[in-house]
Amino acid sequence: MAHAEGQQHPLGVYIKVWGWLFVLSTFSYLVDYFQVQGYLRWSLILIFMFLKAGLIIAIFMHIKWERMALSFAILGPPAVLLVLIGIMVIESDYTFLTRGLFFGAGS
Amino acid sequence: MAPQDSSTSVATPPELAPGFAGIAEDWASDQRTFKNVPWGKAMMWIFLLSDTFIFSSFLVSYMTVRMSTTVDWPNASEVFALSFGGEPIPLILIAIMTFILITSSGTMVLAVNYGYRKDKAKTAFYLLITALFGATFVGMQAFEWTKLIEDGVRPWGNPMGASQFGSSFFMITGFHGFHVSVGVLFLILVARKVWRGDYDVEKKGFFTSRKGRYEIVETMGLYWHFVDLVWVFIFAFFYLW
Repeated sequence: MAHAEGQQHPLGVYIKVWGWLFVLSTFSYLVDYFQVQGYLRWSLILIFMFLKAGLIIAIFMHIKWERMALSFAILGPPAVLLVLIGIMVIESDYTFLTRGLFFGAGS
Repeated sequence: MAPQDSSTSVATPPELAPGFAGIAEDWASDQRTFKNVPWGKAMMWIFLLSDTFIFSSFLVSYMTVRMSTTVDWPNASEVFALSFGGEPIPLILIAIMTFILITSSGTMVLAVNYGYRKDKAKTAFYLLITALFGATFVGMQAFEWTKLIEDGVRPWGNPMGASQFGSSFFMITGFHGFHVSVGVLFLILVARKVWRGDYDVEKKGFFTSRKGRYEIVETMGLYWHFVDLVWVFIFAFFYLW
């Protein structure tokens, strides 16, 4: 265990992930190409996005093989962004509403 | 013992606890917390974490202005369509840019792998190929910017719809493109050092005076994959939404 610091893995797993990234990107492009709309569009885009992001982080960036102390320190903090997103959704709905009222009143 | 040797000379305990018990043990070990990781790599991760918040701020602001505007948002599918003589193909330029960036991520992985095998020629070759794809990406982005500016898109308005479209577009893709450009420079520098054999003789860096090792190629790879990762989110939220 003298030199456990390098991340060395067989090339096969990288090639497989590489292939999947191409496939998933093609899928997300096709969502737009065939103009899928509505909730199906939202969910497909998000699923493909999270799969791609997960593959890149886990395999290409080696988080899968790192110790949990590091992966939690890296992946934990961005979770607070969900709070920010939540706050800003409420805020922008309110702004939208007031803009509608103001412009709608024609004053 | 010189502090710069800490990444290899600190004796790691014979066995590290796996799983959740390992988290408590690593943080309570009264040593460096991030075991089995070179110092530079841990610091790169911390930097990328801070960068995550910068890009998130941009994307959340974009969400906010897009949700709160009463004017219709321009249709990305049409704005970014490109015609090769015939019918315009929706979003084709962005799709090609996405594929180029993914390809470059794959060549980066190969460079890291050959680096650990101490294969100088192949490592330098794949690093340069990665840089080439990166430069191509930036070039296509410059083309895209030119096209949009010619179409009358400005940070303060555009003929297609909501005026916030321009500012979001230029800020988000500009900041990402800047990251790619810096990455290209970083790749060329590392490729030069690999080619010269700096990491074989552990030559000290001119700035940090730390010994050069092939782990630097992996740290460089983390940055490059992060740039690709950010693009995954930009592609989904800005172009496909």
